Amino acid sequence: MTSTQTPPSAPSGGALSGRALFPHKHLLGIGGMTPWQIQFLLDEAEQWVDLNRSASKHDDRLMGLTQINAFFENSTRTLLSFEIAGKRLGADVVNMQVAQSSTKKGETLIDTAVTLNAMRADLIVIRHQHSGAVQLIADKVDCPVLNAGDGRHEHPTQALLDALTIRRRKGRIDGLRVAICGDVLHSRVARSNILCLTAMGAEVRLVGPPTLLPEGMEQLGIQSFTQFDKGISGAHVVMMLRLQTERMEGGFIPSLKEYHALYGLNRERLALAEADALVMHPGPMNRGVEITSDIADDPERSAITEQVEMGVAVRMACLDVLTRGRRGVEGWA
Amino acid sequence: MSSDLLITGATLIDPHGALQGQAQNQADIAIRHGVIAHGDHHDLPVLNAKGLMLAPGLIDIGSFSIDLKAMTAGGITAAALMPDQSPPLDNAALVQHAATAGKPAVWIHPIAAASTGLAGQDLAELGLMKEAGAIAVATGRQWIADSGLMLRIMRYAAALDLPVILHAEDAALVGGAVATAGPVATWLGLSGAPAMAESLAIARDLMLAEESGAHIHFRQVTTARGFDLIRAAKQRGLRVTCGITPAHLLLSESAIGAFLTFTRLSPPLRSEADRLAAIEAVRDGTIDLICSGHDPHGPEAKRLPFAEAQPGMAGAATLLALSLNLVRDGVVTLPRLMQLLSSTPAKLFGLAGGSLHAGAPGDLVLFDPDAPWQIDGDILPGKAGNTPFDGLPVQGKVRHVVKGGRIVHS
Repeated sequence: MTSTQTPPSAPSGGALSGRALFPHKHLLGIGGMTPWQIQFLLDEAEQWVDLNRSASKHDDRLMGLTQINAFFENSTRTLLSFEIAGKRLGADVVNMQVAQSSTKKGETLIDTAVTLNAMRADLIVIRHQHSGAVQLIADKVDCPVLNAGDGRHEHPTQALLDALTIRRRKGRIDGLRVAICGDVLHSRVARSNILCLTAMGAEVRLVGPPTLLPEGMEQLGIQSFTQFDKGISGAHVVMMLRLQTERMEGGFIPSLKEYHALYGLNRERLALAEADALVMHPGPMNRGVEITSDIADDPERSAITEQVEMGVAVRMACLDVLTRGRRGVEGWA
Repeated sequence: MSSDLLITGATLIDPHGALQGQAQNQADIAIRHGVIAHGDHHDLPVLNAKGLMLAPGLIDIGSFSIDLKAMTAGGITAAALMPDQSPPLDNAALVQHAATAGKPAVWIHPIAAASTGLAGQDLAELGLMKEAGAIAVATGRQWIADSGLMLRIMRYAAALDLPVILHAEDAALVGGAVATAGPVATWLGLSGAPAMAESLAIARDLMLAEESGAHIHFRQVTTARGFDLIRAAKQRGLRVTCGITPAHLLLSESAIGAFLTFTRLSPPLRSEADRLAAIEAVRDGTIDLICSGHDPHGPEAKRLPFAEAQPGMAGAATLLALSLNLVRDGVVTLPRLMQLLSSTPAKLFGLAGGSLHAGAPGDLVLFDPDAPWQIDGDILPGKAGNTPFDGLPVQGKVRHVVKGGRIVHS
């Protein structure tokens, strides 16, 4: 643990406790969180990893609370993960999948927020295809809001589950070289991970075709590589991203075949990373495009299924922490 | 209401500094039959303006809305109206109708759509629209990608002696972008277009202007490279002019903050380096005029995710107060500011006004340059309060607006 991950002392001189450990009402992004707040959520998640591996898998601390998962963009795994997390903590979980059409526009969004608020939700989990949309809703409701992905802006629980996976596998995050590879431009996962991992002391590199690397990263000390082999050499963690063909209009890459040839992770390329480098992918994978199956399915190298497992634990931690005020947990009023 | 008035006690700000040899002096101003007059005027009704500054009414080039409350509150007495109306100003009847829409408080000067329906495909009836009162031609909110059509528009407008008002953003480079490419857009996850989308468009249009001999006016130039191109073109003797709004002079992209849709503008807010270049371009005269870019949008168009919100800001009511920052910061003198806001737009587009000399229209703004107030979108005069300056404390309040000798705002 580096000094930046140690919380400041309370005014009394003792350690911080209660709400002072995590003073945010919502979880909208990793941006705005301090390293020790990230650390706090990861530490909280550990107990839920244990519970989820036990026979009973149940806790009822959120009993009587209503959790609404409002997903304005298609999702299977994230929605399922939040639903399971809520149910394991005893919440009444309601899923609202809003089919998107081009006519479905914003005033509906504000109206939806007001509607959810009027139904006295205790916690709202939102995914939306537009950057900033979750913030917009958070400004309009009384209960905590959890961002499950907004446009290409942030996906904070994904970054937290990735950090937890790395910490458990590698024993640390501080000092690790993490290569985030592929379609960084369209990826909210990449943005949240860059913020989270650099806050936790890792060295993050971006690797991808020049057309899929965002501008302005170098100003934050993040190196970008357009040559895959160079970018992953010496990496302790190779984080592959899904190629988001649905967000691309007009010629970002010539073809999937060429993308795989130049930027797909295969056994030979992985040999350039550290010998025990961990391979990660937020899913769902395009097998044979950004990653070959033999690596994705190799339990020694791939942490992909573990990421899914950590996802439930991290989300349980977030649901628990964000509702402590409402539940009257001592020190969290 | 009388169109005769004697204004006493004000300090006169003459854009040309020619009144009795100095730019600022205290004198009475008489308006008889709507026109500034000399001689003895003690028979006229008096407006005591002691302690106020008096300047020609502001002339705003390129408003998107006929918003009289916002305009008079901002000291605007004449405005050139963009053709982006519903329906677009692409025929003589619509132009003629728009030309009378603001009287008597504000004179609206319609700008003709360069292409039918502003669609960028067919040349509109520019000659007939000129006869109906159009003072210029514009491509509207968009850049016309078809260089052949753009050259024909410029040639045709040049023959009619109509300036061509341009929006400088290469449409293909911009695509669906809603911000300037760079760290701010990247971290917010907003699609960004490179700032050179502007200079690329300017470069093409300068060449077409050279070929056609047209007077072209870029409604807003906002980037360092854009200013460099305009500066060089002016030195070559091209008939090119440009404007800017206070937003690009006072704000950079960091103002987007947590997705504040009031800061979604077209062109988008730029980097701090470009903002500083804009200040320099005002100082050295590369920028010819300051306009409001007035484009009011209510919550239904702005209370949306950033990328879905309409671009544009309500700018008329705050035009003078925000521009006065340039005087306080020592960028320009007060008379020079009044050139940027009044006399230069009048001269470039052949409009009456922008002067305190005898015979000029009695269109005046009286303001207290030091009066402090806070911009509040909720109570901003006009159709909507979508100002990116919401909450900003400013100095300089319009106290009276006189149009043709009548007090239209107090």
